[in-house]
Amino acid sequence: MKLPTWFHKLASPPHFYRLAGAMAPWFLWSSVLLIAVGAYGGLVLAPPDYQQGDGFRIIYVHVPSAYLSTLVYAIMATAAGIGLIWRMKLAHAVAAAAAPVGAWFTFLALVTGAIWGKPMWGTYWEWDPRLTSELILLFLYLGYISLRQAYDDPGKADRASAVLALVGVVNLPIIHYSVIWWSSIHQGPTIKKLDAPSITMEMAWPLFTMIIAYTLFFAAMLLQRVRAEVLDRERNARWVAEVVQLPAEGR
Amino acid sequence: MLSAVNLTLWRGYQCLFENLSFSVGAGEGLLIRGRNGSGKTTLLRVLCGLTRPEAGEVWWRDEPTERCRLEFGRELAWCGHHTGLKTDLSIAQNLEFAASFADLAPDCWREPVAELGLENSLSLPVRYLSAGQQRRAALARVLISPARLWIMDEPFANLDVAGRGYIEARLAGHLAGGGLAVLAAHHDLADSGAFRRLQLGDSE
Amino acid sequence: MNLGRAMLAVLRRDLQLAYRRWGDVASPLMFFAIVTALFPLALSPRAEDLQAIGPGVLWIGALLAMLLSLNALFRQDLEDGSMELLVIGPQPLPLIMLCKSVGHWLVAGLPLIALAPVLAVTYHLPVDAVLALCATLLLGTPTLSLLGSVGAALTAGVRQSGGLLALLVLPLCLPVLMFGARATALAGDGEDITGPLFLLAAFLVLAVSLVPVTAAAAIRVSLD
Repeated sequence: MKLPTWFHKLASPPHFYRLAGAMAPWFLWSSVLLIAVGAYGGLVLAPPDYQQGDGFRIIYVHVPSAYLSTLVYAIMATAAGIGLIWRMKLAHAVAAAAAPVGAWFTFLALVTGAIWGKPMWGTYWEWDPRLTSELILLFLYLGYISLRQAYDDPGKADRASAVLALVGVVNLPIIHYSVIWWSSIHQGPTIKKLDAPSITMEMAWPLFTMIIAYTLFFAAMLLQRVRAEVLDRERNARWVAEVVQLPAEGR
Repeated sequence: MLSAVNLTLWRGYQCLFENLSFSVGAGEGLLIRGRNGSGKTTLLRVLCGLTRPEAGEVWWRDEPTERCRLEFGRELAWCGHHTGLKTDLSIAQNLEFAASFADLAPDCWREPVAELGLENSLSLPVRYLSAGQQRRAALARVLISPARLWIMDEPFANLDVAGRGYIEARLAGHLAGGGLAVLAAHHDLADSGAFRRLQLGDSE
Repeated sequence: MNLGRAMLAVLRRDLQLAYRRWGDVASPLMFFAIVTALFPLALSPRAEDLQAIGPGVLWIGALLAMLLSLNALFRQDLEDGSMELLVIGPQPLPLIMLCKSVGHWLVAGLPLIALAPVLAVTYHLPVDAVLALCATLLLGTPTLSLLGSVGAALTAGVRQSGGLLALLVLPLCLPVLMFGARATALAGDGEDITGPLFLLAAFLVLAVSLVPVTAAAAIRVSLD
């Protein structure tokens, strides 16, 4: 299997470094703009929910975070797989840079979910299938990050963590559906969930705006973090010295 | 038959060698020299396929070894820095395992073991043996294999004069029979006629 | 090349080693027994309470006992250089890794299944639940051995890997634990558990087909 040449050109570290540097601000500022719009729409314009009052407004943080927590894992595993199969260092750098961001989104989704759970269920934590899967996803992220930390050699860390990311991405659906099935055969007191209220347009558009804004924010963070990774990995290359313009004795 | 093509290897952020190419033909030996830390062991591990080089390939016959791993494995005998012996098992058990794993006759190891002077310690767990005896047992594993290519890392470490002489003689016989050998060693061989030298880094 | 002979040789050597170091085999068993003995003492010795927590406790105990023995699965092989010989040898590495997992299960999994009914009796589990416990362990522990082999292969070259290994392996083992423990509890209530048993069997089939290749890739990284 061969990759197209534009892909190889993109994967050349100096080229990527410059391209990402040019693109990152655009992503960042458009995401800041959209977050402002979405926050205004969600916190001010949208009417309070007839059952949950203003409590529902946490979805404008919770839903985008939960969505990104899984999306980032998929991106990370795809990048790791590309890195493993085509031995592309840039892909490994993308996977390494994505993991901590994804872990923070997962953490944020868990915390906002717990805060939302208080008015909804009366407790901060329920072993609800979605929250449980999210918690396990956090453990998968932490395992990935810890495994990277454990290796001294960057090349070995790349390959070992890539194997783990691929194992995780195969397991994630199995774990997710296991938790759902398991809850369905669980005989304990089941939580009476509130019926999902039909969401009105006034509530929906800020949510979609926020999802797009968070995704753009993630893209900006990822590009900046990959740039830092690339600089670290290519520290002995001549172009890095030119880019960073270290004093001669600091090289 | 065995060739290294443009091998580049980094250890961490340090470059060990760049664009290293050489080839070894049938009946030839290669002796790799270099000071500690020059990457001798790493180069041997790259040749075996244990370590992946940063760039470049190792070819065996007409194919990169990555594409013919099992065929290459059949023709390769490796004796590394670690003996590869299970210290809780006896020499006999270790060599029986080696014979079964490589699909050889179950008692093919008796003759080299006798010549290496190990027959009195056959049933002792390897951990009770001296370093030199353990090295002999590890070398016996190479000697019984029908492999064309022997790759050995410091094969003479811990060996006495008689042991060295025996191994050198077997090496010479192996090359004379059309075999190949790649060695990393601190000492020169007594009879290094069939061996070419490869110097890594500065000479000592 | 005679593949069967090589695979049997790998298995046989692992069993020989286990026989020579029977202490390593016994310690996870003792761990299993002690951990399960802690719960009645810490929580409550009442029969109803023990029946309620029994399936979960016994399954968690078995899982942790297997995890305990995983740490040493490849470590010795890596340190004495015998793994190098298996990796560069003429046999397909995934099948060799499968043999290592089978060996691990015979040494670490099978004794747990033999001990589990005895411990289940101390939890006052009904006969149906004890049978279900053995059946689920029989189907579940090989999956744990296989999943564990990936984690063990990834951490074999890393220092102080005990906690890391748990972090990597336990999330992957959750489905097996959930259905194993749940099916045991359901059987105790007199319900039909064919569904969970089939699911555990499916996990095992999936693990046998996917894990050895992954473990082979992982051990290559560890050796590099």
